[in-house]
Amino acid sequence: MKGRKAGKSYCLGIESTADDFSVGISTFNGEITANVISGYVPTKGGIHPREAARHHSEVASKILEKAFKKAGIKPRDLSIIAFSQGPGLGPCLRTGATVARALASYLDIPLVGVNHCVAHIEIGKLETDTKDPVTLYVSGGNTIVSAFDSGRYRVFGETLDIALGNCLDVFAREAGLHQRVGEPFGAVVEKIAAKGKKLIHLPYTVKGMDMSFSGLLTAAINLLKKGEYKLEDLCYSLQETVFSMVTEVTERALAHTEKKEVLLTGGVAANKRLQSMIKAIAKEHDAKFCVMPREFAVDNGAMIAWTGVLAYTHGVVTPIKESFVRLRWRLEEVEIPWVK
Amino acid sequence: MGEMKSPLLIKKGAEASLYLADWHGRKVIMKKRLPKKYRVSELDEQIKTYRTIHEPQLIHEAKKAGVPTPTIFLVDVKGATIVMEFIEGKQAKQLLSEVSKSERQRLCFKIGELIGKLHKYGIIHGDLTTSNMILNSEGKIFFVDFGLGEKSKELEARGVDLHLMKRALQSTHFRFAEEYFNAVIEGYSKVLGSETVKNVLEKIGEIEKRGRYIAERKKR
Repeated sequence: MKGRKAGKSYCLGIESTADDFSVGISTFNGEITANVISGYVPTKGGIHPREAARHHSEVASKILEKAFKKAGIKPRDLSIIAFSQGPGLGPCLRTGATVARALASYLDIPLVGVNHCVAHIEIGKLETDTKDPVTLYVSGGNTIVSAFDSGRYRVFGETLDIALGNCLDVFAREAGLHQRVGEPFGAVVEKIAAKGKKLIHLPYTVKGMDMSFSGLLTAAINLLKKGEYKLEDLCYSLQETVFSMVTEVTERALAHTEKKEVLLTGGVAANKRLQSMIKAIAKEHDAKFCVMPREFAVDNGAMIAWTGVLAYTHGVVTPIKESFVRLRWRLEEVEIPWVK
Repeated sequence: MGEMKSPLLIKKGAEASLYLADWHGRKVIMKKRLPKKYRVSELDEQIKTYRTIHEPQLIHEAKKAGVPTPTIFLVDVKGATIVMEFIEGKQAKQLLSEVSKSERQRLCFKIGELIGKLHKYGIIHGDLTTSNMILNSEGKIFFVDFGLGEKSKELEARGVDLHLMKRALQSTHFRFAEEYFNAVIEGYSKVLGSETVKNVLEKIGEIEKRGRYIAERKKR
């Protein structure tokens, strides 16, 4: 194998599914030696895919350089390149994929396309030392309850429309809230919600194992515009309702699978109230509760690098001509040969 | 709530517990929704109350649709408890593995007819498994557990409902799953007509192709 430094093999992972461009480097043993993230902050409104993609292409070389410096290696020391192939926003994914293809061809090393959701679970298992968890992955783009069963990560429940994080973001924007640089809207809502006391009724929509947040968001915005309720009570009620929904579904998955670990990840995992709810059901079912530290809970290149290592060492490579991005690549479509 | 003698826990689900009890000399099922500590008490009350009221309503509506369901004796909203008739009989799950081929066909056809009646009336069961269907000594098939049900006439909801039935057949009766499901569809077709069935089957195909269920199909 090419490109080795002192017997160590490295994988560089590129993450660019949405508003973050990130490069991570992992050894084949799962030692994360770099994880550099650059977030695109829209001047107004939500993420515009093309503008986010422009940000990614502008910062790519700088972030790559920082990552190499942090890891203390040179491009020639790499053994493989991994990239998030999907699911995500087309223009953003394509930017990351282009960088990955260029690097892999130039260095003449294998390319590995990684599923973004699988990567969140794998870095979670690595960092929290869990073996076989029920995972609740909640972010601005995804809301998924999953667990491993016969060769794949099965989806037990998910959102039928928008993601939970998106629901909080849009509400915060409608309420005219401001975020400081690097501070997610979810954190702003959490702070305000902490002052709320009065529970306002909002639609609670759990259908079987799936959830719906869009009707609830509309209802919350309508109440906000009416101006009859305090913002802190609305934030409080919004949080209590959406978090109860994901917790109910997670508990059902836990009861059904009888697994003994619960992993909470994604950007929304940083919310203390959600953590306390998931912790409570974990306790109820004698399961270990693990929450991801923020650096690895948000979209990051390290998770792509590590999952690339797992895939590559189990025979998965992605020829350049098959490295097109997959905007709607579902979690359970991916075979997971490294879990027995 | 009146006198409840010697309740016996028969099933502890994620959301509710089922007890078999003696209530004024009758054998009854007591379904009690448990408080969830993770959610604030007002929300907990709201959800339990809604479901405790909603489920008996659907059970009652199903009767109007011509589908046998347990008689509701008492709804204790405050205690989040529903007291209903205990259906004495055998679960379809067990029955299907015991009887002859022609009898199996007949049962599945009948089940399909009953699902058709529910859907025609605008009721989605939400958890169609062969454990939720009970054949009593008079040969009537009862549908139980409407806890995840809803009112809808949407093609999507009907498709998901029948798809759940198909998946349940595949996981518990995999050797005969196809034969059973075809018979179910025949019965369903008798009530709703071939045009609707065509659309629902197309919908089921679409649901399966969403990726979520591809693996299940491959496994067979």
